[in-house]
Amino acid sequence: MVIACPKVSSAAVLCLLIASGPASAADALTIASFGGQYTASQSKSQYDPFTARTGVTIKSVDYNGGLAELTAQVRSGTVNWDIVDVELQDLDRGCADGLFEKVDPAQLPAGSDGVPAIKDFVAGSLHECGVGTVIWSNVLAFSDPAFPDAKPSRVEDFFDLERFPGRRGLPKRPHAILEWALMADGVTPSEVYRVLATPEGLDRAFAKLDTIKDHAVFWETGAQMIQLLADGEVALSAAYNGRVQSAISDDAKPLKIIWDRQIWNADYYAVVAGTQAKNTAFDFVRFATGTVPLAEQTKYIAYGPVRGSSQPLIAPVIAATLPTAPANFSNALAFDAAWWTTHGDAINERYAAWLVQ
Amino acid sequence: MNAASPSRAGWALVLPLVAFIAIAFLAPIATMLLRSVHDPEITDLMPRTRQALARWDGIGVPQMAAEAVTADLQEASATNQIGRLAQRLNREQNGLRRLIDVTARELEQNPDTQLARIDPGWSDPDLWRILARVTSPWTGRHLLNALDVTVTADGALVRQEEVRRLYVDLFLRTAWVAALVTLICALLGYPYAYAMAASGPSLRTLLLFLVLLPFWTSLLVRATAWIVLLQRRGVINEGLLAMGLISETGRLDLIYNMTGTIIVMVHVLLPFFVLPLYSVMAGLPTSYVRASASLGAHPLRTFARVYLPLTYPGVAAGGLLVFILSLGYYVTPALVGGRTGQLISNQIAFHMQRSLNWGLAAALGTLLLLAVLLLALTLPRLAERGGLRA
Repeated sequence: MVIACPKVSSAAVLCLLIASGPASAADALTIASFGGQYTASQSKSQYDPFTARTGVTIKSVDYNGGLAELTAQVRSGTVNWDIVDVELQDLDRGCADGLFEKVDPAQLPAGSDGVPAIKDFVAGSLHECGVGTVIWSNVLAFSDPAFPDAKPSRVEDFFDLERFPGRRGLPKRPHAILEWALMADGVTPSEVYRVLATPEGLDRAFAKLDTIKDHAVFWETGAQMIQLLADGEVALSAAYNGRVQSAISDDAKPLKIIWDRQIWNADYYAVVAGTQAKNTAFDFVRFATGTVPLAEQTKYIAYGPVRGSSQPLIAPVIAATLPTAPANFSNALAFDAAWWTTHGDAINERYAAWLVQ
Repeated sequence: MNAASPSRAGWALVLPLVAFIAIAFLAPIATMLLRSVHDPEITDLMPRTRQALARWDGIGVPQMAAEAVTADLQEASATNQIGRLAQRLNREQNGLRRLIDVTARELEQNPDTQLARIDPGWSDPDLWRILARVTSPWTGRHLLNALDVTVTADGALVRQEEVRRLYVDLFLRTAWVAALVTLICALLGYPYAYAMAASGPSLRTLLLFLVLLPFWTSLLVRATAWIVLLQRRGVINEGLLAMGLISETGRLDLIYNMTGTIIVMVHVLLPFFVLPLYSVMAGLPTSYVRASASLGAHPLRTFARVYLPLTYPGVAAGGLLVFILSLGYYVTPALVGGRTGQLISNQIAFHMQRSLNWGLAAALGTLLLLAVLLLALTLPRLAERGGLRA
């Protein structure tokens, strides 16, 4: 920073502070992610090793999904994120809106077993605007002491207040919870999105949610959700599997995961369009989505890596807690990001109104 | 120069403050007011359509405008704005995202295709009426939406369908909560302020310290402390359970609902009631009360006829302050209000940060501002007429 002060000044002393601009673009990156245990897992397996290797410091910012903050930054012309960890529905939409830089899959390193990146990444995890990292899952979770006798085990139990009394934790956004409402009402997983697209189907899902509305507590972030479960504020909650698993294995909280009809989704790293540090950002993405960092991440959070070559590096005891473990995956539903991109606006608005009514 | 008026140098001294207020306070409010009726986003994305439809008589399907739409969509595709345009139009009319996406994709392949061939939606005159309306930069629809009213394709005003109706109820709920919080603050704050005014110096310092303590604690810390106290396995519930006053299944729901919002808001806002009232009470000469007593009035009568009326200005000032602050409360309801304890500000924040519907957020903010201005202007006058001024 340069401080220029004219030596002679009659009425007032005029000092100009001339900032030398953001320190040369390549020695720092700002990455926005979902905070809590999840960011901690990225930090330990990807940010820290990258800093150790390249000397580039990484500033971590928490956000809560959605493109609102990023769009607001772009619209107001003050973009200060270089990389965002996004879910598929946001990646799709942000890509169409030109918020993200395009990715060239040929630039990604091959797996540590020599398989080229294009074959190493599971189908769908390479996107024109982002590189997949983990497969995570929307699951139901419960506080074990809240149910001393019969334990809830199915999606239907979440809506069954008679057999499983207690307050329910629901997210403040409609993703996954509407799908579960329909499935609990008897719709088969393969039919869920088709039914939900009809006005009657949507009404049916909301009617099912109405049955537990008076017992619902709403959470906004994954950290809040864990807090509500751990404090016994809610007995059963919609949840992200990795956060629950961390609370169980790291903090010895008496929580249990219900894998029945889990709804899985993927996260991606996307480089923000117009960032000053584009090259460094892509260096980071290539490093972080390599075989070893992705496998390392599973030690800190129970989300499955999207690279096939990472699988053999995961300890069996951890592998069993991932959404992709065969025992957990038997009737899993894939979150339909494209469907949500098309229908999301109206449903988000209605869900927000439903919350307040 | 008139000797009584401030000198030029004197004015120069207040200039920094005037400039600060203009930039940091008046300009944002003016922007907000403007945004609630001026929304040029679609106009900027569809300039040709706007021009073509501005002259249209509203009958049938305008052929000229179809070419303009084609050109606008092609440009939006080329500049990566098509997603934004589709989202923006979809907000005005559900289903337009699909139409825009399908059309833009087809136009990329075959630039010369007629719109009506791509999708029959383009032959619907209603669609063109909607387009004519939403491409105009000046609009009342945000203010209407903020009152749960929507505009149909042919321009009629109808109430929002029931599942999407919420703002009128929320405004009423917010006003009700503000009134209740003010009342509770008055009931708790009046005796407290009196105790402060009546006590000796050391006790007064202690009482003042206690009422100021919340001011020195961060809002977040206070809200978190209340969560610890009020939650189902919190201090209060555990205490009541241990004393056998409630059963395990009868734990009280004190937080994440309206009860939580009101408890915490009262705690946060109490000083704003106590302090103005205390300053009025402290300035009252004790001779009036003594005179009343010496003339034989019962203490209760003295209080009701002499002391209470003298403190009305403090009650009015504190009450107005608490009421107006309550109307805009945001952080506390967000943290402890759960579903039922949300207020109008939470919806404004939702549209600012999540749905990015800044026009609607501005319209809600404008209505809230108008309500506050109305109260600030009329309440003191009403109070005066009702004899609340001593």
